[in-house]
Amino acid sequence: MHMADALLSPAVGATFWAGTLGTIGYCARKLKENMDEKMIPLMGVLGAFIFAAQMINFTIPGTGSSGHLGGGMILAILLGPYAGFIVMASVLTIQAFFFADGGLLALGCNIWNLGIYPCFIAYPLIFKPLAGSGASPKKITIASLISGVVALQLGAFSVVIETLLSGRSELPFSTFVLMMQPVHLGIGIVEGFVTAGVINFVRASRPEILESAASARPLSGGISTGRVFAGLLIAAVLTGGALSWFASSNPDGLEWSIAKVFGKPELPEKETGIATALKSVQEKTAFLPDYSFKKPEGAKERGGPSWPSVDPGTSVSGIVGSALVLAAVLLIGLIIRALRRKSACRTK
Amino acid sequence: MFDNEYFNLGYLDTLSYRDTVIHRLDPRAKLIATVLFIVTVVSFPKYEIAGLLPFFLFPVLLFSLADVPVKFILKKVLLVSSFAVFIGIFNPVIDRRIVYSLLGVPVSGGWISFLSIMLKFFLTITSALLLIATTSFPGICHALQKLGLPEIFVSQLLFLYRYLFVLTEETMRIVRARDMRSFGGKGKGMKAFVHLAGTLFLRTVERAERIYQAMLSRGFAGRLHSVRSYRFSGADAAFVGATIAALYLFRAHDVVGAIGRFSMRVF
Repeated sequence: MHMADALLSPAVGATFWAGTLGTIGYCARKLKENMDEKMIPLMGVLGAFIFAAQMINFTIPGTGSSGHLGGGMILAILLGPYAGFIVMASVLTIQAFFFADGGLLALGCNIWNLGIYPCFIAYPLIFKPLAGSGASPKKITIASLISGVVALQLGAFSVVIETLLSGRSELPFSTFVLMMQPVHLGIGIVEGFVTAGVINFVRASRPEILESAASARPLSGGISTGRVFAGLLIAAVLTGGALSWFASSNPDGLEWSIAKVFGKPELPEKETGIATALKSVQEKTAFLPDYSFKKPEGAKERGGPSWPSVDPGTSVSGIVGSALVLAAVLLIGLIIRALRRKSACRTK
Repeated sequence: MFDNEYFNLGYLDTLSYRDTVIHRLDPRAKLIATVLFIVTVVSFPKYEIAGLLPFFLFPVLLFSLADVPVKFILKKVLLVSSFAVFIGIFNPVIDRRIVYSLLGVPVSGGWISFLSIMLKFFLTITSALLLIATTSFPGICHALQKLGLPEIFVSQLLFLYRYLFVLTEETMRIVRARDMRSFGGKGKGMKAFVHLAGTLFLRTVERAERIYQAMLSRGFAGRLHSVRSYRFSGADAAFVGATIAALYLFRAHDVVGAIGRFSMRVF
């Protein structure tokens, strides 16, 4: 799931870019310290491999729909977290440039969502402890399944946070979370199984590749891991603290309109297992439950953003102006094009 | 679908090797201008529509000056399955306050903010695609390195880009072979995929080893060098300066409103 420019505010986009660039710099330094040159072509070609493998669709059992590989977990397991992160970042960069997946401002968020969580949380904290050193196929399968699910859940949750902080979408926190997390649970399970399959396949035919990944490039020592987490924490605090004033401009009207649509202040929630579990998780995560966006009660009466308060006179001139500007822009383009054609003909 | 994507990738690459005023600009100038443009567009508040319209001048100028095929880019923008569209469409559903009446038709705040998201989506995505269509990807990598990104990341991007075409071609053969052997969708499951991807991975690792040997025999010592050199000239500075001035004008002043009021007074 790619975050998009149009849903972002500049402050949120810039913050995640800062976090992403910091991590790229950190990984580059780490890799420079203890990397043999052989890794440079290997990383490059593996990036192309992830890209190519994403293009092979497969059918997901039981649903009939088709899925494809994400790749973050595979890279972290095969290359270690630092090189894995750099490769994942490069894959996402190419996608942003050539396929317009998300856009350039959102690229910082996307690298964060799809790179940081598999490489620096799911791999060192879940995959490595679960898989152990002399891992059996069964252990690898379980470890990749759980780490794949966790990485995607965190990524999906980040998308929700980024969207809410930017305040361009009307979706309330609880609805958005309930929409994103279950979908990504499914995607995470598929990703986990595919990751496990590829890792086990590689392990069966070329076990030394996995061994070298596990021994040569470990997440070195507790101090550096701590530093990564400190960075994550600082970025999170920055995002939450400095940007809260960027959040939705009229949250009360939003709650009010939901009440009008559904007759209840919140969207109706099915009390199924996942929903209740998520609800309790949401209540426990003190970071950004939806009430933290509320303004004082009086704010509602004063009306929301400036748009509704325009008087008819100025809005007519606004529409006239808009039409003229669009026409002028189009005309400029057409004229330049015509002139170019003409000069091209003449030179021929 | 698959062949199409591949074709698009190659076509964007060919476009970037044309020779026009825009193509000749330094990649750094274009990258900086594009990033400033995107940030300015995105900085508009949720309900802004009129203020975004003058910004269409930027893509229109690039389209016409760089001679980029409009249809090709527009098709790419419209076909891109966007998260923004998917999330934005909830705004009209949730925000139903009537804020405006257009010729007697009531318009809700949700539709206005949705339209604003769509305009931003179009502007940001188009400008990103135009950047790649007027600047070769190696050029962008060069700009990134000059702007301070770690060398290892930049060489990673260059390598990925170089072998992207090789590996997608190989993958295309694999997918074609699988499709020819699978009747009624059989054999397209996860198990077959794992074997295909695993084989592709092993081949890729072996390819990397061969590449490394080839690089060593050509004197590789940890750095990638580029033959082409770029220079940040006066024209580049003028381009960036003009972009900044225009962005400031369009962002800080109500251009649309001024033109509208002026024309109403004239007619």
